[in-house]
Amino acid sequence: MGAVLGETLLELTGLTKAYPGVVANDDVSFDIGRGEIHALLGENGAGKSTLVKMIYGLVRPDAGQMVLNGAAFAPAEPRAARAAGVAMVFQHFSLFDALSVAENIAVGMEHPPKPRDLAARITDVSNAYGLPLDPGRLVGDLSAGERQRVEIIRCLLQDPKLLIMDEPTSVLTPGEVDTLFATLRKLRSEGTSILYISHKLEEIRALCETATILRGGKKVATCDPREQSARDLAEMMVGSALKPAQAQPGDLGDVVLAVNALSLPPQSAFGTALKDVSFAVHAGEVLGIGGVAGNGQDELLACLSGEVTTPLGTMTMDGMDFSTMSPNTRRGLGVLAAPEERLGHAAAPDMSLTENALLSGMVREGLQQRGVLNWGKARSFAEAIIAKFDVRTPGPNSAARSLSGGNLQKFVIGREILQSPRVLVVNQPTWGVDAAAAAAIRQALLDLAAGGAAVVVISQDLDELREVATRFGALNGGRLSAVRDMAGLSIDDIGLMLGGADAAA
Amino acid sequence: MDLSNINPALLIAALMVASVPILLAAIGEMVVEKAGVLNLGVEGMMIMGAVCGFAVALTTGSPVIGFVGAALGGAALSLVFAVLTQVFLTNQVATGLALTLFGLGLSSLVGQGYQGLKPPPTAKLDLGPLADLPFLGQAVFSHDWIVYFSLLVTVAVWAFLKFTRAGLVLRAVGENHDAAHALGYKITLIRTAAIAFGGACAGMGGAYISLVRVPQWVDGMTAGAGWIALAIVVFGSWRAGYVLLGAYLFGGVTVLQLNLQVAGLAIPVEYLSMSPYVITICVLVAISATRSSTSLAAPGSLGRIFHASR
Repeated sequence: MGAVLGETLLELTGLTKAYPGVVANDDVSFDIGRGEIHALLGENGAGKSTLVKMIYGLVRPDAGQMVLNGAAFAPAEPRAARAAGVAMVFQHFSLFDALSVAENIAVGMEHPPKPRDLAARITDVSNAYGLPLDPGRLVGDLSAGERQRVEIIRCLLQDPKLLIMDEPTSVLTPGEVDTLFATLRKLRSEGTSILYISHKLEEIRALCETATILRGGKKVATCDPREQSARDLAEMMVGSALKPAQAQPGDLGDVVLAVNALSLPPQSAFGTALKDVSFAVHAGEVLGIGGVAGNGQDELLACLSGEVTTPLGTMTMDGMDFSTMSPNTRRGLGVLAAPEERLGHAAAPDMSLTENALLSGMVREGLQQRGVLNWGKARSFAEAIIAKFDVRTPGPNSAARSLSGGNLQKFVIGREILQSPRVLVVNQPTWGVDAAAAAAIRQALLDLAAGGAAVVVISQDLDELREVATRFGALNGGRLSAVRDMAGLSIDDIGLMLGGADAAA
Repeated sequence: MDLSNINPALLIAALMVASVPILLAAIGEMVVEKAGVLNLGVEGMMIMGAVCGFAVALTTGSPVIGFVGAALGGAALSLVFAVLTQVFLTNQVATGLALTLFGLGLSSLVGQGYQGLKPPPTAKLDLGPLADLPFLGQAVFSHDWIVYFSLLVTVAVWAFLKFTRAGLVLRAVGENHDAAHALGYKITLIRTAAIAFGGACAGMGGAYISLVRVPQWVDGMTAGAGWIALAIVVFGSWRAGYVLLGAYLFGGVTVLQLNLQVAGLAIPVEYLSMSPYVITICVLVAISATRSSTSLAAPGSLGRIFHASR
């Protein structure tokens, strides 16, 4: 075994995979070195997922070879890939809520040890890598960060030679990201290679020594990300110059949206209660609300959008109380919202884009008369969204489900912005969206505010909030911190606010 | 009213016998639902088992072979459901309802020549000295083999789901079929096996009615037992222990209310007749209301169609 140790662990040559109508990967070749953290960069639809699925045995390449450890590697199924030493942490967690941590791990292993031994090994490995975890707990009760630990430990227990991580930090707090990076660096020092997919460029520059950039299914470059600026990397991904979102400095107007002592009991067994949340948003202002997932973001959005009604006096727009109004009445007034979950909450997955445009735009765009739908007008509204926000789709008749995450997000946000709201509330507007589309969405939000609307951006991405928000507040356990000017806040201040430290101040 | 005629030992004995069909059907359906499939055709599979078991036992002269035939008959009908829902991806609710109607009709056709005949008797198991124990001997140790078999199946299912790897995989498939697929498990195969097991159990439950309880063949003789089994699985929170409790409770109240009717209790008969349904559901709801919700929730993928698109 020792004799075959070379510098290269996995060699990809000429990998090609075509789906009807689109070539997902076109002649992609690169090497992953032993003990290397290799970044895979690209916009949505650039072919990252397909490439990774080929390595993990979920998809078979049409052409090309893979060589792992000097031997030909063509896994027919994930089982074969795992047996060869390839492990993967998925972007959307592939865990089972009703099973315990130990059971979740056992189900993903080829030859799990006895339950008691397994529990002991989980505890050992989780402590060795600084990822504490109780093997007996139900996964349904864990936070997003803890769930990711379960996935990582599941992989580590199989002694992988190559660990594939798909967007691992999108759900983590800054502190959790640091823990994860420490774990990954420790793995690297032990000789494990890591294929790291992300579009957070600063993270890649901090962590990875090699980066392969894909665009339109083709490899653009392999480079050392530490020698490139984040801007250069983003431009390689997009293939054109990128301009970051820019706020138009303007005067703040009067208070448009005021939320006053809003409290809400938990809506489900795992829900969060809102406790005495108060804030005001002026015309022309973007209020950023940060916080780790599950601290009341969804509940706050539900209150503002009208999915949950609250007692009179808790929410006003331009002085008019809308606390008890239904979502459509609020839309009529100009209070619009775009929730976090694209498929199933912000959009109906199996309905066409025209139908989805109609569902939220019916009131403000006058897409119905006396209960009869105006399909022609709805179609032009959908087409306007597609054109204005550069949504890449065959047309307004495509099902929402068929769009990539970033494209659907552009559609969902664009749909609300084009209705020229007075108040717009968005939750995680650029989650899982590539750099170019994210910049476009942020710019659109800033433009909307510059036009005199009050915008509330709820996000877990602090870089995003620093870019768009004029003022910032943090949600912690259902309480909102004091709202402060973004300009004067350091990362440390924000960290303290997220932790709820200033709640007393 | 004379309650002294009600003998507790005989009551327990009758309760255990009365519960067998529902217990077998419910434990089979529980495995099916744990694998993420909602098969509403339990009633149809039971009645098919009843007629197949009756026919086979009558032809061969052996009630044991009759039960094997009932299991095969129930499983065969359930495989129709499996092909439709797992291969052709039809809606499980509609397919299950259709399966019940189909089973009732088909069993009536198959059973044409068997009405009024008597099946070979199923003997009581001789448990030697155990049967001579005071009270317990009469109440618990003087039954035919299928009563003990149904309890054995319940314990085996509990142990299978809790302690074995195959059981873990089955639960994983029912909880999140996309994730299980990503880990490389064969969803369709596992679910088909679970559906067939559920069909076999329901078939044996049905045969217990036609071969032991009644014992003869009558059209539609399962009389809603399959629906009660379905309800017990849900109200029993998909746990083998609660399913056993629910089935015995239902059987117990059924037997008790019959005894009370005979004893001439001054309550209208209709109230007594509905009491097993009401009491069983109330008790099971009360039990599950006091427990944490995650461990009692329905399997995450229950009733959802799995399509390996990616």
